Amino acid sequence: MLVEMQNLTIAFPTPQGMSQAVRGVSMTLGQEKLGIVGESGSGKSISARAILRLLPPQAVVTADVLRFDGIDIKTASERQMRAIRGRRAGLILQDPKYSLNPIMTAGSQIAEAWRNQKKGSRREAAEAALDLLSQVQIRDVRRVAAAYPHELSGGMGQRVMIAMMLAPDPELLIADEPTSALDATVQAEILRLMEDLVSRRGMGLMLISHDLPLVSHFCDRVAVMYAGRVVEELGAGELLHAKHPYTRGLLECLPTLSHPKLRLPVMARDPAWLA
Amino acid sequence: MISVQDLRVRFGPVEAVRGVTFAVGEGSSFGIVGESGSGKSTVLRALSGLNPDWSGRMTIAGTALTPKRSRDFFRRVQMVFQDPYGSLHPRQTVDRALSEPLLVHGIGDIDRRIRQALSEVALPAAARFRYPHQLSGGQRQRVAIARALMSEPEVLLLDEPTSALDVSVQAEVLNLLADLQDRRKLTYVMVSHNLAVVAHLCPMVGVMQGGEMVEMISAEDLRAGRTRHPHTADLRRLSTELEEA
Repeated sequence: MLVEMQNLTIAFPTPQGMSQAVRGVSMTLGQEKLGIVGESGSGKSISARAILRLLPPQAVVTADVLRFDGIDIKTASERQMRAIRGRRAGLILQDPKYSLNPIMTAGSQIAEAWRNQKKGSRREAAEAALDLLSQVQIRDVRRVAAAYPHELSGGMGQRVMIAMMLAPDPELLIADEPTSALDATVQAEILRLMEDLVSRRGMGLMLISHDLPLVSHFCDRVAVMYAGRVVEELGAGELLHAKHPYTRGLLECLPTLSHPKLRLPVMARDPAWLA
Repeated sequence: MISVQDLRVRFGPVEAVRGVTFAVGEGSSFGIVGESGSGKSTVLRALSGLNPDWSGRMTIAGTALTPKRSRDFFRRVQMVFQDPYGSLHPRQTVDRALSEPLLVHGIGDIDRRIRQALSEVALPAAARFRYPHQLSGGQRQRVAIARALMSEPEVLLLDEPTSALDVSVQAEVLNLLADLQDRRKLTYVMVSHNLAVVAHLCPMVGVMQGGEMVEMISAEDLRAGRTRHPHTADLRRLSTELEEA
């Protein structure tokens, strides 16, 4: 198992006492595509970040089991964590505008990520960067490699980000809302690309999003989170058979082209879901 | 209510909007969809007076629009932006944000109007003295809508009003917009990249690509797939593909 997580809790101190952001989440991930869906504040992003120990220092994390490929994250040294972050596990964030270095060309950022792990020469790294760019289906690799992030569109920037994360041949890719800042057409392309690369390289993918239909389209399994808990786990094809009222609510409140509604149903939140 | 004829907007050597024509009846809604860079937001910004560099003919309620707009125009036409966090002043309370349009336009009875506006957008009275960072995204967007309504406008220009919100909150805001339109006979122009959202609120939809409005289609025809332009068909296919998952 790539990721094992049992009874993860994350709390943040506030003036009113501890605020429980994640309350007992368990999941496992092998070489597969797992989607995590929930709304803002449901704890989906921080649950994934806990695997890389990328939480703010004031966060209080407890777990019965929290392991990455057998390594205990709870007790690992910073040195061990650095060997995981960006090397064995990559993180792709929402907006490439903010996660790429604005004063380095795309090519040199990818080359840097590659050299960091593979220890080759500058020339080899530059070659590897071009190869990686072509793997993320960029046609004009030399132009893109020489371009600065502000010269690239959102979709191109996200491809560069993916190429950079793939450079060290990671085993796990965590994508946190990777396409929310992109157009619908580009969104589908990027997700298809990630899906293809992940299955070809035999990696594990954790796809975090608020878009339930989108995620279930691209993942093998989907975990639905609400208020710090996983309320339901579904196989990709079982979306229509979702049982939890929250999952059903998420699906029903979406306006669709095929089933027009005069008025959108609004979610009635049952306090019992919090229990 | 609104008529736009052969609107062109230029940014230096680039023509971002290349001859767009449409009309919206009073109390109706018109949607504009397209990808980033298609010029859809630019049309809205020219209409709202945020971009004075345009040519063509635009009228609202029979009055032709000039590059410089009167104070009365800004009372009658209001805009709601995508990111409510970016469009509300971080160091001003909701009370202050809502009273400003009233002060600018010399409208009195401020206290009663603010209380009424908050209840109209279904915000608790306690929200009045909060700062934007103390509110959720959906609440912030309600404040932005309330602020747009303060000067009792006839036209509301909506630029991706729900794209930054969770789907459950999106449903609430879309319902709110529909209710407000019913109650106040507002005319909407809404820009979005989400076909389903636009078709939900607007009976007529304009599809933009590369600065041109390549197709004008009724929401009904769009749902039924009676598209004429390949770009509309592409956008529709993407949207329905995911629905059927």
